Amino acid sequence: MKLLTGNDLVTGDVIWWTGDGWSRHIEDAKDAGDQGDILAQVEEAARRVNTPYVIDAEATSEGPRPAHIKDRIRALGPTVRPDLTLKPADPNAGSWVI
Amino acid sequence: MYKYDEYDHAIVASRVEEFRDQVRRRLEGHLTEDQFKPLRLMNGLYLQLHAYMLRVAVPYGTMDARQMRMLGHIARKYDRGYGHFTTRQNIQFNWIKLADTPDILEELATVEMHAIQTSGNCIRNISSDQFAGAAADEVTDPRPWAELLRQWSTFHPEFTYLPRKFKIAVIASDTDRAAMRLHDIGIQIVRNDAGELGGRIYVGGGMGRTPMIAPLIRDFVPYEDFISYLEACLRVYNRYGRRDNIYKARIKILIHEIGADKYRDEVEAEFLEVKKLAIDPPKAELERISAHFAPPAFENGLLDDIDRTDPDFAVWVDQNVSAHKTAGYAIVTVSLKPMGGIPGDASADQIDVMADLAERFSFNELRVTHAQNIVLPHVAKRDLYPVYQILNQSGLAEANLDLISDIIACPGLDYCSLANARSIPLAQKIAQRFSDLDRQRDLGELKLKISGCINACGHHHAGHIGILGVDRKGTENFQLLLGGSGAEDVSLAKITGPGFSEDGIVDAIEKTTDVYLAQREDGERFVDTYRRIGMEPFKEAIYG
Amino acid sequence: MVDALRFRDDVPHEEPAVTLDSFLGQSNATAVRIEAGEDARVLLPHLDRIALVEVSFPKYRDGRGYSSARILREAGYTGELRAQGDVLVDQIPLMRRCGFDSFAPEAPVDEAVLHASLTRYDHDYQAAADGHVPVWKRRHG
Repeated sequence: MKLLTGNDLVTGDVIWWTGDGWSRHIEDAKDAGDQGDILAQVEEAARRVNTPYVIDAEATSEGPRPAHIKDRIRALGPTVRPDLTLKPADPNAGSWVI
Repeated sequence: MYKYDEYDHAIVASRVEEFRDQVRRRLEGHLTEDQFKPLRLMNGLYLQLHAYMLRVAVPYGTMDARQMRMLGHIARKYDRGYGHFTTRQNIQFNWIKLADTPDILEELATVEMHAIQTSGNCIRNISSDQFAGAAADEVTDPRPWAELLRQWSTFHPEFTYLPRKFKIAVIASDTDRAAMRLHDIGIQIVRNDAGELGGRIYVGGGMGRTPMIAPLIRDFVPYEDFISYLEACLRVYNRYGRRDNIYKARIKILIHEIGADKYRDEVEAEFLEVKKLAIDPPKAELERISAHFAPPAFENGLLDDIDRTDPDFAVWVDQNVSAHKTAGYAIVTVSLKPMGGIPGDASADQIDVMADLAERFSFNELRVTHAQNIVLPHVAKRDLYPVYQILNQSGLAEANLDLISDIIACPGLDYCSLANARSIPLAQKIAQRFSDLDRQRDLGELKLKISGCINACGHHHAGHIGILGVDRKGTENFQLLLGGSGAEDVSLAKITGPGFSEDGIVDAIEKTTDVYLAQREDGERFVDTYRRIGMEPFKEAIYG
Repeated sequence: MVDALRFRDDVPHEEPAVTLDSFLGQSNATAVRIEAGEDARVLLPHLDRIALVEVSFPKYRDGRGYSSARILREAGYTGELRAQGDVLVDQIPLMRRCGFDSFAPEAPVDEAVLHASLTRYDHDYQAAADGHVPVWKRRHG
């Protein structure tokens, strides 16, 4: 599947296209299909996202999982500071990234 | 240390207002990201993996307690309670919101701090020797010269859109504690035969994709010509540096392609033109700045004895305490490389502890080192034990200066959008493998440096052992390099062979150190043995 | 109508700017355009017959034009010095310091932002081509 991602202009938070908006949580992300580039242009021009780009991901039972480790780190947070990630209490979060 | 006058304050205040307006225009959509990016970079603001990252300047690595406390305050109020000290003596905050940056810069300005030109294709923070003003081997304190350059380079209208970033280091001793030869311009302040101070100028060093050691361009530039000469050096680069390929745009590539002699000729010709402009500040300006760097009011008659009864304290003294030029005093290096920690990171609480120690025990001064540690430069030997105890309570007393666990590591793929691999977990695994401090001390001086990508912010080319993280078909992979040095025995590390997995390279490093232990002679450091016996014995041991 | 992007009192020069090669080949051209990579010093023997030099900024990141401008001013050129191309409002104050006195940006410039930018800094650390007294000179009279 293709996911559209970027950063929030104001906060810098990593955000994911949900189909009709943006979420900080990759579980909410929806397949952008072949609309990614168009959506990126529209959303960036409207300042609802900063520096958007399209990535590959696979659909899993836990939600979309980006193909590249960099985007998995973006989705969760730094692997060396679990307390600063989106899932500080989840002991398995790190293995989802790696 | 330097204190702003009305002009310095006014300039920084104007910059804060300028950036406040630029942020407003970005948020309102008058500036696209492409137009805004160079403007925010010139205020040290990156867009990184998780958030905006702000790189605050610590000019030539020197701060006082009030400034250090402000960094702790920024960490608490605007970030997530910690900061990261960098290989250019600056500090980075990783979780910054764009909308907060004007207020952050305004708060920093109240303590004479800023984030000016810590990124962008302009002249960056002027770095220097972390032992400046305390080391016995310097001919003068290099920092007044660095401050002169800081002012000259700040908002220089001709050099704000250079082909690429530009990094300058200034030292004043034969011992190079600032990796001076690996900078775009490296300057050693020396005395000529007449006893006058001036700069020995090296141009064209750097790491990154194509590491190079800076060749000597001019043996001696007297103070009266110093700014004009540097102006000429930069103008030749601005005019002729490559702009067709960002990986070939540093001045080291220009000098490599046209040759040091041709570059020197161009600079000398340009210098004659620039000299006509009378842009060199008078001697009085260097004297004005130097007055801020007068030695502190050291006490006389202090004892050099240290009570070594506490064995852990004794180990820490042997490893982390360096000789001071003044009797009864010592230089303390505070390790930010605790076992299991993140190299170069300090919590807001730890930052406050170090600020307090500086104020009470180090004449209100601290330094950031390019090895990502902190120095308390002027500690009376009688105060070393109380300082140690306070550091120890805050996890800041790891006795590993220059040992294998004193690792320089870039933030890597955990934080940086440029990275190919994570460097911090690897640093932690290596430190864990060598966690026995006696074993580390037996290995002795061993400078291990990790970069998570070819941009080499971890300075891996200058490591006795260097590691480069790469992306091999979507998987993190690590190359091992040996034999580099950023000190006065400068050399570039060489790759051993095929790369390794994260666990594989930890094993390879252990095999490497075993070769050293088996082969070393007569007090050789690791890098000395490597230089004597060459790469082959290490390759055999590693690849079998 | 006052041109907010021209900082000269004289009448704008009518002649179009010719290329550097053309200029050097013609004895009567009075306006010349230099590309980012061309050497401004080639014009130095001809300064007294030049009324306008236009310097190209193909991309705002290409900073070679700043050096070209200063070189011309340092050599005594007093005619119009125009920055043309990808010239953004945030670069104009720096360009003014390098000696540019007119601007032909490809995209429109917000005049309010420009005015604020040009009047924001009271002091400059270093000498340039605008005649401003650098801070070090103010400190030591």
